[in-house]
Amino acid sequence: MMIDFVPLWTLLLAAAVFFYVLLDGFDLGVGILYGLAPERNARDLIMNSIAPVWDGNETWLVFGGLGLLAAFPLAFAIILPAVYFPILIMLLALAFRGVAFEFRNRNKEHASFWDHAFCFGSLIATFAQGIILGAYIQGFKVDGRHFEGSAFDCFTWFSLFTGIALIFGYSLLGAGWLILKTEGDLQDAARRHGRWCFIAVIVAICIVSLWTPLNDLDIAQRWFSWPNVIYLSPIPLVTIAIAFFEWRALNNLSETGPFIGAIGLFLISYCGIIISLFPMIIPHHFTLWQAASAPETQTFLLVGTMFLLPVIFMYSGWSYWVFRGKVRADVGYH
Amino acid sequence: MQLDPLILSRFQFAWVIAFHILMPAFTVGLGSYIALLEGMHFVTKREIYFRISAFWTKIFAVAFGMGVVSGIVMPFQFGTNWSRYADTTANVLSPLFAYEGLTAFFLEAAFLGVLLFGRQLVPRWAHFVSALMVALGTLFSSFWILAANSWMQTPAGYHIIDGRFFPVDWMHIIFNPSFPYRLAHTVTAFYISTALVVISVAAYLIRKNKSSEEARIMLSMTFWLLTLLVPLQVVLGDMHGLNTLQYQPAKLAAIEAHWESESRAPLILFALPDSKREANRAVIEIPLLGSLILTHDVNGEVPGLKHWPRDQRAPVAIPFFSFRLMVGIGFIMMLLITISVWLRSRRRLYNTPWFLRISQLSAPLGFIGILAGWTTTEVGRQPWTVYGLLRTADSVTPSLTGMNVIFSLAGYMTVYLLIFPVGLFLMARMIRNGVAQSVDTIAPVEGGQHRSPISTLGEEPS
Repeated sequence: MMIDFVPLWTLLLAAAVFFYVLLDGFDLGVGILYGLAPERNARDLIMNSIAPVWDGNETWLVFGGLGLLAAFPLAFAIILPAVYFPILIMLLALAFRGVAFEFRNRNKEHASFWDHAFCFGSLIATFAQGIILGAYIQGFKVDGRHFEGSAFDCFTWFSLFTGIALIFGYSLLGAGWLILKTEGDLQDAARRHGRWCFIAVIVAICIVSLWTPLNDLDIAQRWFSWPNVIYLSPIPLVTIAIAFFEWRALNNLSETGPFIGAIGLFLISYCGIIISLFPMIIPHHFTLWQAASAPETQTFLLVGTMFLLPVIFMYSGWSYWVFRGKVRADVGYH
Repeated sequence: MQLDPLILSRFQFAWVIAFHILMPAFTVGLGSYIALLEGMHFVTKREIYFRISAFWTKIFAVAFGMGVVSGIVMPFQFGTNWSRYADTTANVLSPLFAYEGLTAFFLEAAFLGVLLFGRQLVPRWAHFVSALMVALGTLFSSFWILAANSWMQTPAGYHIIDGRFFPVDWMHIIFNPSFPYRLAHTVTAFYISTALVVISVAAYLIRKNKSSEEARIMLSMTFWLLTLLVPLQVVLGDMHGLNTLQYQPAKLAAIEAHWESESRAPLILFALPDSKREANRAVIEIPLLGSLILTHDVNGEVPGLKHWPRDQRAPVAIPFFSFRLMVGIGFIMMLLITISVWLRSRRRLYNTPWFLRISQLSAPLGFIGILAGWTTTEVGRQPWTVYGLLRTADSVTPSLTGMNVIFSLAGYMTVYLLIFPVGLFLMARMIRNGVAQSVDTIAPVEGGQHRSPISTLGEEPS
């Protein structure tokens, strides 16, 4: 008799995806805000603040993708063909912004081209991820073990809206990061941008929270049927509390508050999505258990993961610690 | 004309992996070389090793960045274009891919940041350890991805339920029959390719009389390495060939363009294989040598393609020619190291103009060899993704249309044709600038921080 590792893998994968959203979220957001920076010195600083860590952050994307393939291969095989073009656009945009880190400083005669590549690459990659999120919540046409719709089904008003919402969400994280890592004018600008993003994010959270149940009876049932409506009432209440905290942190002199508040908003929104969909991994079609890989596969990977993840956290944490503190103006990416 | 999503997806995969594999081919070798230089600097305290290491580390950063962005594309291909392959093989292969991420990618990413930007932020030993970890990460990555690829060539340790693979024995899955040979052959090829780039750069610097002291050390070190590795690679290649004969005879028949099974087979040096007529034209061959090389026995039986039904044969011409290209490059490398040993014995390694010129031209050799070898083994596996068990035609995503793939292929082609040439151009420019002579001008590769975290509370640090 094998132990059922599906709950544990669900937790691990959910955590991996969240880490990705958080870590690459802030550095994509920094990339988006980079486009608003007025001059070269400010841009150097902004880029330096994420140069040593972006690569590690993006590794979570690979691990999230591979983790999905390993733990829930059926979901992987259905979701990816369904979001064929957003994935393509995301990958190409990430390629542009990824090489821009090195190319911008080594190719000075085209620095402005790579500046744009970095900013728009971050923006477009974020938009594409938002579309993937929206399309996923809406669900896919499935036949047997395959996606059977068109590659263009994923472009809906809802998914375009979540795409735009995510741009503001990541920018808010990015602003939080910049408040943490910079000083003076740059920090003030980050606060100002952060406040605008915050307002947009709150509006977006409200709209998505209404639009999703209106579109999907199952989700409406989940949230508004008795007694769920009581059990789940802390979610909106906590959201309001975090929003209050974040707004205050953006307006006072707190250096860590805005980043923590932004993380909180992402975490609570993420919980909301999980509550809406659980236990389905392909909405309306497959549960986590139906899409899971063989128990032998899950066990084999789990053994190594339990050992390796703490090690990864240790050395990744060390790497962040080495680059702790404010980014300085006098040293750069040479 | 009907656009075929299968052919287009295959072309797209070939495109993205061909570009991607060039980067690890370079960074696996260079990672180890940098770790070696950092180690030598750490032990001997000689500044010159540090300068050489700093020079290559900057180039490594560009290549690694391109490797990362083209590498992120790869796992998503399995889902977007090869979803039935993903669904069918995931139980067996996915942990190998996931372990690549867990053991290699995180390790490389975390320590690369410190290697590139942390020289002045961490103690010297920690910087050396970072270089070592990056190198180790690249090797772990090779281990897992080649285990997965080898399993597709020579599957083992599985059983099939309802058309999907399930694991039975993980040791057999990872250490499948072709894996040890493929791993050794490929990693050696990566080292050789990198060594040829280092030699080429060193020869260029000596010829231009720039940083020639550093260049001599590079040239000497790497020619010693090649003198060891190239002959080793010939032996490994031969062992890999024997393994292919045993486990993938149809692939071997395609590589050799043998149509009839025969003992005392000739070695075909050149031919124009004709799949329709099931015969070769314009053949140049050496009697008996085929059996001798492939089976190590003049009377050995060499398989012929006619033994398999037409729909189970690989296309012949591509593996036939790509294999000969790879072997041809091997011969050139052997010649190069023979001359280098002779010149070294006469103390003329650094001052023989024609040899330096040839050495300078040798940079692309390894990469061409790798692409040729990769083409041989992957096209030779056709028409299967999992050899003999899962057809390529049954692996592709069912919902794809030809137009979908045309768009995505055009996207990958446009972006790669911009990014890769620019990257190459920038690396070439760094090389032209030579090795920075004073440590100061190497620049503190530092992300930046206050001297001590406490000072963020109060006064500005000086």
